Amino acid sequence: MNRERKKWKKEWQKEYRKQQKKNMVKYKGWGYFFVAPFMLGFIICTLIPQLMTFGNSFFENYKEGLNQIGPRFVFLKNYIEIFTPSNNGDILVFKYLGNTVLLWLIGVIPQFLFAFVLALIFTHRRIQIKGKKFFITVIYMPNMIMASAFSMLFFSLFSNIGPINQIITAFAGDGAKIDFFSRTVTVYFMIGLMNFLLGVGSTTILIMSGIMSIHQSVFEAAIIDGASTFKTFLHVTLPMIKPVLLYCLITSMITGLQMFDVPQILTNGIGTPNYSSKTLVMWLNSYLGTSKNYGMSGAISVVMFIITAALGIIVYKSTIRKGEKAEWN
Amino acid sequence: MELKLTYVEDDATKNKRKVEKVLITIILTVITALCLLPGLMLLINATRANTQLQSGFSLLPGASFFKNLYGAFHDSSIDIGKGLLNSFIIAIATSVLTCYFSTMCAYGIYVYDFAGKKVLYGLIIAFMLIPTQVSAVGYVQLVNMVGLKDSFIPLILPGVASPVAFFYMIQYMRQAVDKEIIEAARVDGSNEFRTFNRIIIPIMRPAIAVQGIFAFVSSWNNYFIPSLLINEKDKKTIPMMMATLRSTANSLDYDLGKLYMFVLISILPVIVVYLILSKSIIGGITAGAVKQ
Repeated sequence: MNRERKKWKKEWQKEYRKQQKKNMVKYKGWGYFFVAPFMLGFIICTLIPQLMTFGNSFFENYKEGLNQIGPRFVFLKNYIEIFTPSNNGDILVFKYLGNTVLLWLIGVIPQFLFAFVLALIFTHRRIQIKGKKFFITVIYMPNMIMASAFSMLFFSLFSNIGPINQIITAFAGDGAKIDFFSRTVTVYFMIGLMNFLLGVGSTTILIMSGIMSIHQSVFEAAIIDGASTFKTFLHVTLPMIKPVLLYCLITSMITGLQMFDVPQILTNGIGTPNYSSKTLVMWLNSYLGTSKNYGMSGAISVVMFIITAALGIIVYKSTIRKGEKAEWN
Repeated sequence: MELKLTYVEDDATKNKRKVEKVLITIILTVITALCLLPGLMLLINATRANTQLQSGFSLLPGASFFKNLYGAFHDSSIDIGKGLLNSFIIAIATSVLTCYFSTMCAYGIYVYDFAGKKVLYGLIIAFMLIPTQVSAVGYVQLVNMVGLKDSFIPLILPGVASPVAFFYMIQYMRQAVDKEIIEAARVDGSNEFRTFNRIIIPIMRPAIAVQGIFAFVSSWNNYFIPSLLINEKDKKTIPMMMATLRSTANSLDYDLGKLYMFVLISILPVIVVYLILSKSIIGGITAGAVKQ
């Protein structure tokens, strides 16, 4: 009886698997069907352009006036040009990369500090804040704002005849007027402040979600063991939200490297003063204007691609300890 | 003796709490002020006339709101009405494409087994990290080659393949869609595509709403790619008009009231949508981004 049953079960399972396989085969085509439009869009809009960008970087291809120069294969000439010091001794790619990183850091350091403190305040068990929802709504609002319009707003607020200077003159007289656009420090301050505001909301909310996903009993155990608030933060909260922090850092780095709208509009594409606020993408953009220099802009893109990939891998590897699995994908 | 000790300790804690409260108030005030002040200044300045704006700052709104509004919509170099329309068409189309096709792709990968599925998934995730700016050179060249310059199509088409939206959709799908439902639909004789449209899309509605808003906003705010592909004055989008405004506003006699009004018009639509839907937007930021 038992044996027969086993036999029957085995046969049934065999049959079932066969049927399943048949089903799989039957529905396999549907998998391709559902993925096809996305893949097609991906290939046309990302993959082919990416490969073309790589290819372009090895060609001389630009317009001089009305004359089209190239395309002519020059191998590494564009790269050599990027890394060759210009007349005043600057290696342009390092200069603009340095500007981009500096501008990013000025915004991102206060952003993470504020986001951390705010997230801790909003998620603390004992501290109950009235109007928490209001604060979160307000803090996230700048994330929705058009960066170019925001930059335009800052330009008019901080201009020589703008309200900020009007307030300064009202309190300290005409002599105290600050020309915000002629000094590197003040331009960096404006761009940093804008980047800070444009990103602080999402960072706060992501860190909050990380803290809230920690089970309450972990905190209770820490308190019972006599850990102070600071120690709880250092040894419980911080290690447990590492995946979220990693995610925030990577996305922030990528958007930072892409920085364009804010400095472009604020300085009218020039990167005043003295190209100190010109970012990598602004540089890329200047080659794509009238000269249509696909070769040089291609080489810049490839350099950016390599930096992005390297940064991603470094942060990814260094933040995850052995044996821990990344949770952000 | 013991009682006294407790009392002393309590007092210390009380003081600590007071300091804590003051600190928190300061932090919240600073951050709220930073977020709201630029907007407040914008609102006030958009209601004041050019002469008032030139003479000094005031916290009181002026009476020139409608005059500025009229001026903004009757400008010779910036056709803001046209810009709103262009931006709106592009953003809506992008948003619809993003929602539908990223859900579709997520469904294909979630439900079916096929050769190359894992490679495909890995490829999409990897490209989530690569900024669009990096492939812009090739894209511009491609668009010029095909002859689609000054057309909305190359601005809308990338919406079909949005890795971020795809990632969000598949995360949501893992929680919300039970494969047994699909099996049940099959038994009832539903065709796979029909199952997707009639059963899966309604289940995914909350995720679609969130991604729809995000796709709309990022398309509305996008400046880099349109600035490379659009030259015709009639087809410019709002962010490009901000750039035009920036280069013309250098002259000293520019009407500042109109300038603030332009900025207000560009920002306002998204802010209004945000304030209405802030709850689902804020909820949506975390849901797909981080696995919990």
